[in-house]
Amino acid sequence: MAAKEYLKLLGIDVSPFAIGVHMALVMKGVNYEYIAEDLSNKSELLVSSNPVHKNVPVLIHSGNPICESLVIVQYVDEFFTGAGVPSILPADPYERAIARFWAAYVDDKFFPAMAGIVLVPTEQKRVQKVKETSAAIELLEEAFTVCSKGKAFFSGDSIGYVDLALGSLLIWIETIRRMCGLEIISASKTPRLAAWAERFGETAAAKKVVPEADQALQYGKKLQAAVSAAATSKSK
Amino acid sequence: MAGGNGELKLLGMWASPFVTRAKLALHIKGLPYEYVEEDLGNKSALFLSSNPVHKTVPVLIHNGKPICESSVIVQYIDDAFPGVGTPLLPADPYERAVARFWAAYIEDKVVTSWAPVFRVKTDEERDEAARQTLAAVEVLEGALKECSGGKGAFFGGDSVGYVDVLLGGLVSWLKANEPLTGTKLIDATKTPLLAAWMERFCELDVAKAVLQDVDAVVEYAMALRVRLAASSAANN
Repeated sequence: MAAKEYLKLLGIDVSPFAIGVHMALVMKGVNYEYIAEDLSNKSELLVSSNPVHKNVPVLIHSGNPICESLVIVQYVDEFFTGAGVPSILPADPYERAIARFWAAYVDDKFFPAMAGIVLVPTEQKRVQKVKETSAAIELLEEAFTVCSKGKAFFSGDSIGYVDLALGSLLIWIETIRRMCGLEIISASKTPRLAAWAERFGETAAAKKVVPEADQALQYGKKLQAAVSAAATSKSK
Repeated sequence: MAGGNGELKLLGMWASPFVTRAKLALHIKGLPYEYVEEDLGNKSALFLSSNPVHKTVPVLIHNGKPICESSVIVQYIDDAFPGVGTPLLPADPYERAVARFWAAYIEDKVVTSWAPVFRVKTDEERDEAARQTLAAVEVLEGALKECSGGKGAFFGGDSVGYVDVLLGGLVSWLKANEPLTGTKLIDATKTPLLAAWMERFCELDVAKAVLQDVDAVVEYAMALRVRLAASSAANN
């Protein structure tokens, strides 16, 4: 494998989107350089590599930028192949469609509901987001049974596309528990996902990439403070 | 062979731009299929059991197995029938990533900003939605320049590709926007490349076979608006 400058990942430690991509790179066993961005002071490299969204994660491969976390994960999966290299998406077209469907569900339905718990300004809206999150995680609990077919992960014996999409959010699921006592995944309500979450956290890639929940807690408190400040100034 | 001689059934609703995407992909690949028009006010058992999560169209059923979400369906059609017709996604992983990036942009920025235009109640909300949609369309103009690279006429280059299909499914609604709301979304004076793309796209045999009649879409949207207004008045 070529030098580290070949692959550069721009991210922030607590971004679930960056975590997913980062874990994909670790799973593939490729050499890369990880650059932690300061989103309040975005680097020239970040802004020029992702002019549309100006956000993390961005993977720069031999100078070519790739943006949007699930797009990057698919790119990494398709580019880095070969004997002994694990696949992230399944080979079978139908199984791929199922994986894409559930990853999209996590991204489009579960994540906004979950993020909303921290980000919405009123209690009424928060209650709504909690309901939506609850409904979504129930569906994901069922999806796990169907997808895993009795194995350890959504993808089977080792982590794959949907595992990355949902697993990268676990740090924030824990952070929400610490911030407001809400257990989105629990042994009583979502036993299969609770067990899966533990296994996910034990994987080599998760251990290497996912930071301590405390880091996310600090970030979460800042986000919540910003939301309250914005809400207060709006009502003036 | 992945696709086999299996039966393809598409559950849809004529006005839906997402269904149109699936039809476009099937026609471009030259795949025969059975089309079933669903009555969304009286959903069939097949429909509900095929898409229990979202209960929306389109649903593609291949050999009895359902695939949901228009972008997942279009990718499935491409993956499952590799030797058939023209590929929708390019072979090169980087070019695929670029196509997927713009596909995500269309969903997250164009469709998400635009959908509320047909649902919101105040002129102010409608104007804001229109403003955001126009801003996103302008970015797409830049994307088309980049993707077609002077090489060809479409996002896919010389022939239609994944992004063309996803945007192409929206064309009748893009045209309907002006009579419905007064805002022209694809304006030759503001986004000349997209305006030319739209004309070129509509000249294709597949477009002529599949795209909805714009007047019919306008009528449908107006009736929908009346129904929504009536039901919200009833709820007040």
